[in-house]
Amino acid sequence: MTNTTTPPTGGYRDMNRLMSLMTGDEKHGPAATSTLDALWVLYDRVLRVTPGTVDAPDRDRFLLSKGHGPMAYYAVLAAHGFFGEELLSGFGAYDSPLGHHPDRTLVPGVEIGSGSLGHGLPLAVGTALGLRARGLTDPRVWVLIGDAELDEGSNHEALAYAGPAGLEQLHTVVIDNASASHGRPGGIAARFETAGWSVDSVDGRDHEALYAAFTAPHGGRPRAVIAHVAPKH
Amino acid sequence: MDTMRDRFISTTSQLLDEDPRLALVLAEISRDGFERAARAHPDRVINVGIREQLLIGAGAGMALAGLRPLVHTFASFLVERPFEQVKLDFGHQGVGGVLVSAGGSYDWPAGGFTHMSPGDVALMDTLDDWTVHVPGHPDEAEELLRQAAAEDGRVYVRLSLQSNTRARPVGAGSGFTVVREGKGGVVIAVGPMLDNVLAATDGLDVTVLYATTVRPFDGAGLRRAVGGGAADVVIVEPYLAGTSTAVANDALIELPHRVLGLGVGRAELRKYGEIDEHLTAHGLDPRGLRELIGAFLGG
Repeated sequence: MTNTTTPPTGGYRDMNRLMSLMTGDEKHGPAATSTLDALWVLYDRVLRVTPGTVDAPDRDRFLLSKGHGPMAYYAVLAAHGFFGEELLSGFGAYDSPLGHHPDRTLVPGVEIGSGSLGHGLPLAVGTALGLRARGLTDPRVWVLIGDAELDEGSNHEALAYAGPAGLEQLHTVVIDNASASHGRPGGIAARFETAGWSVDSVDGRDHEALYAAFTAPHGGRPRAVIAHVAPKH
Repeated sequence: MDTMRDRFISTTSQLLDEDPRLALVLAEISRDGFERAARAHPDRVINVGIREQLLIGAGAGMALAGLRPLVHTFASFLVERPFEQVKLDFGHQGVGGVLVSAGGSYDWPAGGFTHMSPGDVALMDTLDDWTVHVPGHPDEAEELLRQAAAEDGRVYVRLSLQSNTRARPVGAGSGFTVVREGKGGVVIAVGPMLDNVLAATDGLDVTVLYATTVRPFDGAGLRRAVGGGAADVVIVEPYLAGTSTAVANDALIELPHRVLGLGVGRAELRKYGEIDEHLTAHGLDPRGLRELIGAFLGG
């Protein structure tokens, strides 16, 4: 695999059009758009994976843990050629591969089936461990979770383990739209810092800030980027 | 004689030396036994601490990365506590792995119900496409573990301190073995229940089948054993009574049949003591089995 990404077939300005092709999941609309900019920057500038390398052992892995409201995810994948945009209009239909929660066995480029909260970060920990055990130390593992999803105990098991274990290949993006009912004393960043992660907090709509945070060196430690976006309500 | 868990440790340690595809994920339990393996293979022997949800998720993540994970702790914490992780992180993701439990239904009776898991196989039975091995002897456990490590699918291996006095061939790990032949019914003994079943049916004109692999269920083997007419079948399992009654019914759907499922009762005993006392309380000692089987078969 090379370090260059395939030129996207669509641009960021196509996102609204692509997302408007999907209907029927209005409840999850705010959740979908909260992730849009982080996803865009990752797929456009950071992740070393293309439609041609979705099965390559040394590809970067992106695990969407926050599987509800995946319209931005699908739109970004379509814009980057992982599947044709004609699939978007079938969103949620019986024969469509694109459900209201993604299924890795149905969608090219999707690394995990998600929707039940709190599974992505433990799976990402295991993926990072597995890649390291196979001697594949170049690929990076990214997982995107939401601030309310961080309430799940499984996530705390994973982040408490990953810091002391020094899983440098592991990266977490927390989309913080202040949707957790009971906020975290000291903030989300403090939780990761306490566990020994490299942490940064940025404006989740600022592409340059996201890019800088996503690509900052973090020797020997897993990396967490807290991306703040406008509250859901 | 070593225990099944001892054998799991020695066998897995050896397999880790031989097969770079294998990984072991622990949550503190059995950590000491794997000290040498952890030093030899620090990247493939992972102890996540007392974190059972992470245990399953990390094991499945290693499978996503191309390894064959063996994931181990007590049955209560391997199957029951993180059950949704078992369901989604392995099954829904479509990846394979080997879950290896210890503790069984009451291997540590003095520890009480917190460390008992009589419902583990029934719970796994709600999931599709898991092979379930219930060895009845450490030698059988080793053979079944080697099979499980070498393949790609999803496998649950249930280890226990309960054991038969001698090992039987486990063959390909899928078919039931005929231990005794008779005409007055078929009794299936699962794993460590065999010795007690043989003692209980001594002198009865029954066929005894021995099962170390209960999923997939060897329906063809059962049909061969019952012959062509009406069938009376007893299944004696070392976990929740009736766990395999439905699959036995399915196997016999074209014959008139009755099925009696014996095993651990659903009610919590709230008793400590020893394994033998629990076997007796659940009617799984030779005397209890003789009464229940005899009454069912009219003997």
